[in-house]
Amino acid sequence: MSDLLKIADKTYQSRLLVGTGKYKDFAETRAAIDASGAEIITVAIRRTNIGQTAGEPSLLDYLPPEEFTYLPNTAGCYSADDAVRTLRLARELLDGHKLVKLEVLGDPNTLYPNMIETITAAKTLVKDGFDVMVYCSDDPIIARQLEEIGCCAVMPLASLIGSGMGILNPWNLQIIIENAKIPVLVDAGVGTASDAAIAMELGCQGVLMNTAIAAAKNPVMMASAMKKAVEAGRDAYLAGRMPKKLYSASPSSPTTGLIT
Amino acid sequence: MQLTINGKPRSFDAEQLSVAHLVELLELTGKRLAIELNAEIVPRSQFEHTLLKNNDKLEIVGAVGGG
Repeated sequence: MSDLLKIADKTYQSRLLVGTGKYKDFAETRAAIDASGAEIITVAIRRTNIGQTAGEPSLLDYLPPEEFTYLPNTAGCYSADDAVRTLRLARELLDGHKLVKLEVLGDPNTLYPNMIETITAAKTLVKDGFDVMVYCSDDPIIARQLEEIGCCAVMPLASLIGSGMGILNPWNLQIIIENAKIPVLVDAGVGTASDAAIAMELGCQGVLMNTAIAAAKNPVMMASAMKKAVEAGRDAYLAGRMPKKLYSASPSSPTTGLIT
Repeated sequence: MQLTINGKPRSFDAEQLSVAHLVELLELTGKRLAIELNAEIVPRSQFEHTLLKNNDKLEIVGAVGGG
């Protein structure tokens, strides 16, 4: 049985999406991404370093856009205008590529999203033909509005970006997942493999992470752990867990035939 | 010609300068990049035909690692 992740009419085997920041070097970035099995990878758009030695390797040399689905982000943008401008540049940079990750931040200490600016940017981008995966707060009403605008996926935070605090409000995530007709992915806050598994067990369609892998002592091993966790969590979700039963334990071994 | 490129002033010893020529002078030929000229994107296909004026502002961007 094939269980594929579908985003904006394209299907993917892997439900783990990874960032490409914070690694020691490009070789480590590549090794970790290979171990994660991710097909969609996020990149940031930044001013080119002019005067950089010609021939110096770039991220794209290690992660060719032909091999991965690039997800350019708007990290660092604090207004709808900056986010839209950044993604238009990304589209030009990546030859008309439409799939993007929108995030508009509201505060440099928490990196919490500014949902008012995010909604403004989402409307413009959808009208402009982008497939918008949107980083958002875990507010079910906001998630619904983003879906109504025409975003192709909503990506509520599990906890603050880079915090590694795990899933702080599984109940809100559950409400968002139950109501959404577009994929819901957890983006931000995953710290370790069990967090990713819990996100998938809740019914998320995927998980996006960067720091949890890049800031691990052994990023390549953590990338592999995350791959397994996402797969395990997805399988557990599809398998359907047993109900939780407080105070009514049921032994797994026969209750008859005991020696007396 | 005086230009502002990625927020920094730069002067070029040329009467006429196209975006394509500028990319060459900055040793960025062959790199994957996108360019904004006075806040408007210049498609790669237009680099040859787009001529720069004194005091133009350019943003030249590329993809870097990010989450």
